[in-house]
Amino acid sequence: MIPSIPRPRLLDIAYTGYVVLFFVFLALPLVVVAVFAFNDSQFPSLPWEGFTWNWFFGAERPMIGVFHERPILRAIGTSAFVAVFVSILSVGVGLSNAFLFNRYRFPGQGLLYVLMLLPLVIPGIVLGISILVFSSRLANGAWEMAEWDIAALRPGLVLVILGQFSFIATIATLVIGARLQKFDRSLEEAALNLGAGRLTAVRTVTLPYLMPAMIGAFVVAFLMSFENFNTTLMLVGSDAPLTIAMFDRLKEGSTPLLNAVSLLLMIGSSCLALVMIAFQRRP
Amino acid sequence: MRTQARLGLFLLLTPLVLWLSLLIFIPHVDMFLVSLRERVGVGEYRLSLANYLTFINEPLYLRTFLRTAVMSVIATVITLMIAFPVSYYIAKIARGRTRSALFLLCLVPFWVSELVRTFGWMILLRETGLISNLLQFVGLTDAPVEMLYNDAAIMVGLVYTSMLFMVVPLVTTLESLPDEVIEAGYDLGGSGVAVMREIVIPHAMPGIVSGSIIVFMLSLGNYLTPTMLGGKDSLWFTELIYSQFIVRFNWELGAAFGFLLLGLSSAIVWGMLKLTGQSLEKSMG
Repeated sequence: MIPSIPRPRLLDIAYTGYVVLFFVFLALPLVVVAVFAFNDSQFPSLPWEGFTWNWFFGAERPMIGVFHERPILRAIGTSAFVAVFVSILSVGVGLSNAFLFNRYRFPGQGLLYVLMLLPLVIPGIVLGISILVFSSRLANGAWEMAEWDIAALRPGLVLVILGQFSFIATIATLVIGARLQKFDRSLEEAALNLGAGRLTAVRTVTLPYLMPAMIGAFVVAFLMSFENFNTTLMLVGSDAPLTIAMFDRLKEGSTPLLNAVSLLLMIGSSCLALVMIAFQRRP
Repeated sequence: MRTQARLGLFLLLTPLVLWLSLLIFIPHVDMFLVSLRERVGVGEYRLSLANYLTFINEPLYLRTFLRTAVMSVIATVITLMIAFPVSYYIAKIARGRTRSALFLLCLVPFWVSELVRTFGWMILLRETGLISNLLQFVGLTDAPVEMLYNDAAIMVGLVYTSMLFMVVPLVTTLESLPDEVIEAGYDLGGSGVAVMREIVIPHAMPGIVSGSIIVFMLSLGNYLTPTMLGGKDSLWFTELIYSQFIVRFNWELGAAFGFLLLGLSSAIVWGMLKLTGQSLEKSMG
């Protein structure tokens, strides 16, 4: 069944109809969330009570908009803070890993590569609890041995960052490694012939070539961190990132405020995605 | 030069080894050790299989475990069934701009947090939701229908959430199949079904395998969708882990549960790779 092979017209129409239905299915929940952000009612459901901007800019009860809701704004800040750290760490380690697997041959390399992929097939919640268990053991050990209270090892932002990093680093490695594999080594050798040192050659030739992949990895890491739920849920302390804060509210019952936050999230991530695509287009 | 290369190797190896040992390997070994201990007094533990025995002897735990596994398999199969024709359409039927536009459209839900997607389904499916209202409007029912809080709702949520992870690998592998090969299949007298079975599906196997592995794993480890869309009777295994760790503070049992979940997911991933002769490097990288 490809265009060059004739096929019954009816089948053709049915097939196209199926694909259209599929995209309706994909779009429906997102469209619904976005539309109800403008409903002038306490609940994100029918009946439609009229259009309002209040869930974004409202300053008075009972309709406090996103931009006046302190806890939500703080949660967005926390998420962004975590995401920036996770992205920097992941891109750094991913870059180092990409060079390691591309440029060196050493015993045990194949095994190490498989180990590096494993975080992708470990359920996020298991990653979270294993790090929680291990860090509490370390913290308790430090307390018993020297009465040190290491706050960083208790549930909180440091653990959230480490937990998310533990699997996002794999993705960054794969993204950067894929581009490094396409790199033409003779360009680096040319730089060496022209008198550059090894580090200079890498810095001035290889790294600029890898830049689109590094930016791509950074954006993907940022979004994955911002949206992560499972691992974060197990490691979170008193400062809740946005997904956790929204989850807590959703359990209590939802107002269109959550729709407004969601719409902002959609706009934000679409913009980031567009930035990334723009950078990937460059040869 | 040699010492320099060694130094470079050492420097690049350090972050990788630190990451894999401190955040992946040692924590999992530690979790396993915790799952093997039994509390006998204040701060006193002994080695035992008590937590695993509790799991086997308590029908609720065992049933939830099996239910989660079976439902994840069903979700994976449904996702594959829905995604395959769409991926084939994008890869082989759509052309040029339409193709890239459709592919990008498939990626859109992925850029939005899972929480938002689940929230969307809640608005659609709940008693006062859109679908219930639509059914009343059309006249199929005269009272509001509650479609949330049951297994079907969980299934919809799981399939929706993991759709992208099936579509992307499928489109990538199907795109690499030249049209001429399909035409040759027809020229040699194969019917549409035969060409599909003998040429397209074998070629798409790596994509099917890696898509299925990821979807299965994501469904098994999902917490949000079953919690928000499921009802009182549709417990998910991750909810048990969460309640042992955070609500009951019984870390020993929770660690055992975590290890069982990890074991199940690894066993199925390994089994699928073996069954289809693929390797983890090929499927993921």
